[in-house]
Amino acid sequence: MSAPAIVGVAAAVVPSSARRHRRRRERAVVAVLLAVVLALFVLTMMVGSYRLSPLAVVESLLGLSDDPSVDFIVRDLRLPVATTGLAVGLALGLSGIVFQKLLANPLASPDFVGISQGASVAAVLSIVIFHLGAVAVAGAALAGALLAGLLIYLLAWKGGVTGYRFILVGIGVSEFCIALIGYVLAKAQLFDAREAMAWLVGSIGQAGALQLRILLVALVVLLPVALLLGRWLGALELGDDAAHALGVRVEVARVVLLAVAIVLVALATAAAGPVSFVALVSGPIAVRIVRTGGPVLLPSALVGAALVLLADVVAVHLMPAALPTGVVTGAVGAPYLIWLLATVNSEGRGG
Amino acid sequence: MTHRLNAQDVSFGYGGEDVVRHLDVAIPTGEITVIVGANGCGKSTLLRGLVRLLKPTTGQVLLDGASIHDLRSVDVARTIGLLPQSPVAPDGISVADLVGRGRYPHQGWFRQWTAEDDRAVASALAATGTTELADRTLAELSGGQRQRVWVAMTLAQETDLLLLDEPTTFLDIHHQVDLLDLLTDLNRDAGRTIVMVLHDLNLACRYADHLIAMKQGRIAAEGAPSAVVTPELVTEVFGLDAQVVPDPVSGTPMVVPRGRHHR
Repeated sequence: MSAPAIVGVAAAVVPSSARRHRRRRERAVVAVLLAVVLALFVLTMMVGSYRLSPLAVVESLLGLSDDPSVDFIVRDLRLPVATTGLAVGLALGLSGIVFQKLLANPLASPDFVGISQGASVAAVLSIVIFHLGAVAVAGAALAGALLAGLLIYLLAWKGGVTGYRFILVGIGVSEFCIALIGYVLAKAQLFDAREAMAWLVGSIGQAGALQLRILLVALVVLLPVALLLGRWLGALELGDDAAHALGVRVEVARVVLLAVAIVLVALATAAAGPVSFVALVSGPIAVRIVRTGGPVLLPSALVGAALVLLADVVAVHLMPAALPTGVVTGAVGAPYLIWLLATVNSEGRGG
Repeated sequence: MTHRLNAQDVSFGYGGEDVVRHLDVAIPTGEITVIVGANGCGKSTLLRGLVRLLKPTTGQVLLDGASIHDLRSVDVARTIGLLPQSPVAPDGISVADLVGRGRYPHQGWFRQWTAEDDRAVASALAATGTTELADRTLAELSGGQRQRVWVAMTLAQETDLLLLDEPTTFLDIHHQVDLLDLLTDLNRDAGRTIVMVLHDLNLACRYADHLIAMKQGRIAAEGAPSAVVTPELVTEVFGLDAQVVPDPVSGTPMVVPRGRHHR
């Protein structure tokens, strides 16, 4: 099965050097984003009622500090929150772009197609009805998100799943979940309702040690896996027929990618509650920064992490009273959504 | 005449009634085969079935003697390339990168981009006359240029067989002829087997070595255009009253329809 060769090898010089230039640019973008995320990671541990210098934070993290009170503040109090912000942001940014690429729609982020809402229903039920503890609530949220994802996939199945059907069914499931949440909250005792509302806004401060550890393990495994699977996405985004012709087993690839994205968003939501809009905005921002049409999974994950860390600094330290992270991401994300709806429709790419 | 791609007693459908019913098709290797027929006759369905986008409900498609559904997807993709009816270009992608996506079946999970990929992309760009466009984004191009780039992507796949589903549909007449000339070059110069669905019967007659005329999921006639295209066939396949005269440029059959106002 040798393929026929075509003449024109001399022309190879120009496109390949331009390609190298684009790849260099993409690597530079990743390096800059990585630096920004690391800087924000350190920054979140500097600010607070007791301010620390960046040097003090880094020294303490590396075990070079000889001041036990600084160690206590950095390692015991602030590191878990900063790590949660980092992990939740990475997970949301990554899962958002996978959804958007896979379903070929900039609006198709997990917080709009019912995954986050599935987690929320389960969490609210377990808080209000069953009065469960934090770990059990996180477990319920995880199960809720996975169930919602499975339900949407099965309902959208019609000899295969198209992006459009998945989104429409997802919106339906999402509305159903929201209605259910409203019903449960209306019936709830005031104390339970307050607790449920606090969970629903989403805050990286509320993550427990166990949830964080599970999320971190999942990220260590799934982040490299997702980056490898980006190869599938590169073919799938040309359309199902083209991907098929390139040798991708389309339905297998779609299920695996969806599963990875759903598990990531489910674990992030279980840890911090539904921190809104991060999954929606990270991908498009990353696409715009990268600009070459090249791989955006890692950039999108890093943008997600930067957004969550930044939102947390703003929410906790720049506001008159400390707010949950989700309030800030929501306040910034909602106008973006409106802008997106307006421009997407004007370009006729909404469906 | 050899036939690397065959279909034996195949039927294809989309869940309901079969659109293509019990066909035997043999694609002549090294020639240009054009499938024509009225809307809904199953010509695109047949093409999609030949490249295993559809699973046959009866019979089987054979590639080099083996059932195409038993082969690994990647092996099929190294032998048959397809340009679908409406492929999607990712936002902001450059021409060279899009053409590079055609290298998918030659790459592994951990294998980086190699000089071999560079060579394949460069020759695909050169063969389609799109080398100067390499660094432009797809959105900047005209319809004709864009279609050439998509052809380049399937060329970068370096397959012996190239299937195209209505490649000329959104092009004006100039770019239609341009594209068909390009495909003929690819056939003549590199010995590629080309199978395509076309709407324009006259262009089909000009460029096809082998014509397959379909009607309601069956093959009404097949063979060299000059041997099979007759007024009777045009009436049978398209339900159209027409004269068939020699094309003044190519000598191939030319169909001149007779509408109600010109009897």
